[in-house]
Amino acid sequence: MIIHSIFFYFFSVIAIFSSLMVITSRSTINSVFFLILDFISVGCLFIMVGAEFLGMILLIVYVGAVAVLFLFVVMMLNVAEQKQSWFIGKKSTHIPTGLIVSVLILLELLVVVGGWKYKENVMSSSSLIISETSNTHQLGLVMYTDYILYFQLAGIVLLLAMIGAILLTFRERVGVKKQSYINQISRNPSTAVELVETKSNQGVKIDD
Amino acid sequence: MIEYLQILGEEVYKIIFFIVPILVSVAMIVWLDRRVWGLVQKRRGPNVVGPFGLFQTLADALKYIFKEIIIPASANRIVFILAPIVTMTLALVAWAVIPMSESLVLADINVGVLYLFAVSSLGVYGIIMGGWASNSKYPFLGAIRSAAQMVSYEVSIGIIIINVLLCVGSLNLNDIVIAQKELWYVIPLFPMFVIFFISALAETNRPPFDLPEAEAELVAGYQTEYSGMMYAMFWLGEYANILLMCAMGSILFLGGWLPILDIYPLNIIPAPIWMITKILFLFLLFALIKAIVPRYRYDQLMRLGWKIFLPFSLIYLVLTASFLFYFDKLPKVNI
Repeated sequence: MIIHSIFFYFFSVIAIFSSLMVITSRSTINSVFFLILDFISVGCLFIMVGAEFLGMILLIVYVGAVAVLFLFVVMMLNVAEQKQSWFIGKKSTHIPTGLIVSVLILLELLVVVGGWKYKENVMSSSSLIISETSNTHQLGLVMYTDYILYFQLAGIVLLLAMIGAILLTFRERVGVKKQSYINQISRNPSTAVELVETKSNQGVKIDD
Repeated sequence: MIEYLQILGEEVYKIIFFIVPILVSVAMIVWLDRRVWGLVQKRRGPNVVGPFGLFQTLADALKYIFKEIIIPASANRIVFILAPIVTMTLALVAWAVIPMSESLVLADINVGVLYLFAVSSLGVYGIIMGGWASNSKYPFLGAIRSAAQMVSYEVSIGIIIINVLLCVGSLNLNDIVIAQKELWYVIPLFPMFVIFFISALAETNRPPFDLPEAEAELVAGYQTEYSGMMYAMFWLGEYANILLMCAMGSILFLGGWLPILDIYPLNIIPAPIWMITKILFLFLLFALIKAIVPRYRYDQLMRLGWKIFLPFSLIYLVLTASFLFYFDKLPKVNI
């Protein structure tokens, strides 16, 4: 059990340290790298509790996909300057919004942790380990039977968000040549080859 | 505490006995790759160092060790050094869950498939880090291309894995192999096997999808600024990843360590040999594809991933689920 707690403190210290570094480090790229470290150590904590499915999904979804997009955005846009201006610049308009969000999150955490303290048998982490089936099976059995409606609703919300994001950023570009595979394949010599009479000392004008 | 240290020592011993053969086989596989490539093009390939040129890769590695490591002046030093380490480590770490036989596996965990998928999706970080830290345009473009490519093809690989999982009912790799005792999944899920193979090519940046390192456009992509041992680590990591994809394909579709037919002369051959044969067979396909197929254009690559593979594998997933449900063949969970 000592080993278990040593590992627990190891991963949680890394998680807390890296989450602090995410908000304090000056370079945006370093922030994202620390965010990735944070995700990984939280995933390790999940696995230690016995919630291996959640830990792996955290790794796949957040580290494997979301953080890659973060890195993309940070590398492509010049976010570094913006972050500098947040720290040094005079008009920090983002601070009130950030404060509201963080206070809300703090309240939510208080409710969750307080509820746990108030009624201890709401959810005990040990029940995950003791049961014989793996927690992947348990999650599946609950998620697709009792909570199917919420599951589907969450899926629809995500789909709508995706469609919305695509619609917002979509712009039809003019003057771009697109390759049409059907047209290419359905070409035959009679439609593809054209014989043009040329006069000497004059070029051919081809309109496409 | 002492007990724990004993267990730890044993594990380290096992890990070394698992990792060293993998590293040696990576070296051999590089030789095989170049040899097949040469034979297809009517050349001889590497044939000078050692018998049949077998020690060519070792000679190359020796050369890389003695070369100077150059770090560009404008590079981000820490990330630059970290990138090849990340690539190599992730490529080797994934082997922990690969079962070579029913008992010969380092970690027989419940969520083996998810672990493999997670580790292979982390592989993109080594490339992004290397490309960004080099602070030069070709590596950066290569890294961006590679990241987009790997993220796109991961999606269809994920759905293909779900196809297999539906038939097995477990995320454990050994369970997946044992479930194929009657019939390898390559037969009922053949289209998925083909798509998996092509996606694995894209996931490991192999030709015809080696756009991140397309030499005509990007010098050598994200590896451009790397030299000496750091380049060699990228290179070893890449080949270890290719072997890993072959192992994954053979576990998911070709019955892992199971013999071809469960009859007398075949089933006395030890399981690891079957596993190695299947991995080698898939790798031979990889090498042949490299030799005979021209490179894709980037928009074609994206089109193939998102507009063809993704819808097709989703439709096949629905078909598999419907088939299993209708004929009541869904795997039973004992609760």
